[in-house]
Amino acid sequence: MSEQRSTADDTGRSRFSGATSRRSFLKIGAVVGATGVAGCSQVTGSEQSQQAQAGVSGETLTLTTTTSTYDTGLLDAIHTDFEEMYGVTVDAVAQGTGAALESARNGDSDVVMVHARGLEDEFMRNGYGINRRDLMFNDFVIVGPESDPAGIQGMGSATDALTTIAEAEAAFDSRGDNSGTHTKELNLWEAAGTEPGGDWYQETGTGMGEALNIANQQGAYTLSDRGTFISQRSEIDLTILVQGPIEGGPEILSNPYGIMAVNPGVHDNANYDLAMAYIGWITSPGAQNAISEYTMNGEQLFFPEAISEDPDFQQYVPEGWSSNSSDE
Amino acid sequence: MSVSLEPALLSPALVDFPFREGYVRSIIYVSLYVSGIAVALSTLFSIPVAVVMGFTDFPGKQFVKSVINTGMGFPSVVVGLLVLFIVSNQGPLGSLELIFTKEAMIISQFVLATPPITAISLAAITGVSENVRDAARALGGTRLDVALVVIKEARYGIATAILAGFGRAISEVGSVLIVGGNITSASGISQTRTLTTAIQLEARQGQYDTAMVLGAVLLALVLTVNAVVVRFGDEGSVNQ
Repeated sequence: MSEQRSTADDTGRSRFSGATSRRSFLKIGAVVGATGVAGCSQVTGSEQSQQAQAGVSGETLTLTTTTSTYDTGLLDAIHTDFEEMYGVTVDAVAQGTGAALESARNGDSDVVMVHARGLEDEFMRNGYGINRRDLMFNDFVIVGPESDPAGIQGMGSATDALTTIAEAEAAFDSRGDNSGTHTKELNLWEAAGTEPGGDWYQETGTGMGEALNIANQQGAYTLSDRGTFISQRSEIDLTILVQGPIEGGPEILSNPYGIMAVNPGVHDNANYDLAMAYIGWITSPGAQNAISEYTMNGEQLFFPEAISEDPDFQQYVPEGWSSNSSDE
Repeated sequence: MSVSLEPALLSPALVDFPFREGYVRSIIYVSLYVSGIAVALSTLFSIPVAVVMGFTDFPGKQFVKSVINTGMGFPSVVVGLLVLFIVSNQGPLGSLELIFTKEAMIISQFVLATPPITAISLAAITGVSENVRDAARALGGTRLDVALVVIKEARYGIATAILAGFGRAISEVGSVLIVGGNITSASGISQTRTLTTAIQLEARQGQYDTAMVLGAVLLALVLTVNAVVVRFGDEGSVNQ
């Protein structure tokens, strides 16, 4: 009995002493279990299953993610299922893509869910992230006042729309916070061959919801993910002027979300077991279905992407990685 | 988000208050827990420091004083960043895994609350008339007795100091956001979300009306704490 109590203490301490000791605890647990079975017939099945569960039960998974997944309420809506299934807690920290990856780089989170493939690839190439999966997507839309001073309504090209805004010097609010949306916006300006600048171009340095409010107050254009825009549409007067691919707009406005575990080879305190359990769960048919069923104001916000009949090897490696090898 | 009302805190005028059961209560609890413990620790640290500085002269005393006074102006985001570096996995306390916990928030609020508590307590203690000290000494008091008498005389100033520290702690948003992470559980119970970071989140989502309601709750909370402390001080004076 005293041996079992000491294993319980180890469970409590394992959060503080990292994965290595957690693994050795599992060994101790296995030894105790085996000794129990060998030497004592009183060990019941339920006690054994409790010991087996103690591997992750009661632990905490730290997820750093973007404001768009959090502020839309998606994570709260689906996490309960995971928490009940494993008896764990998910601490979701909404930071924006750049900050979320930086926290993971410092070993302060176990798993990251972000939407900027370029930054994700860099994160993987530097060895911090492993086991990347495509998770879900929605799209970006260019929104602005209904009066549409630059006249971009219905344009089929996002880059043309931005060039038009720049030429008209119509007010444009940028997130300016190294988030996934900000990264996308900068890529769009680059693709448009326009360097944004001047009084008409402002960096708000805020999350998407606040940026939409500022654009609303100023009558400015901005780039938004569709989810945040839908969740806020009733509060503001902005309207979608250039659609993303979900509504037939250009592919360049697609907004894919990826998920990665923090590499336990770099940060041995990362809760890798639980991170992989989480990635396994969120890419499973059940959770993917829950994502597609999550709606706000009657509209679907995110489209699951993890389940596919066809193999998609690109999701596991940095984009273009295979071109360096013998693959096509 | 389910629409479940917080009857105790909800003004009847607000029909649609989109918070889940227990949410507001839990962020109030986290706010009070973090700020309360941080201010208690700051007080335990600050008052002895203020007493020692008020009673003794030592070389560099003016310098220490100016450091403390400068500390009153520490920007909270800078403190948050410093604490982040210390408690982050790569930092000196990384092995304790304090990042994104209430304990990390207590550390940063301790750093923020200590300078005002020390400085204002020191001013109160040095403000106690020399006659009081002389009288205490003349009655044969030890150094400790004299210190206790002076603290008793300075209690209003010290209460003000503690309130100033508490006000600084409970109203700051920069550092608790950085080191705490503004976390709730999936069921909407706060882990490291305080009233201030909840207000920040509502503002980020453009929900200014609910942000205002939470702001009113925060204001009511601070007023209540002030009233309790002032009342406490007054009752003390009745025995005088």
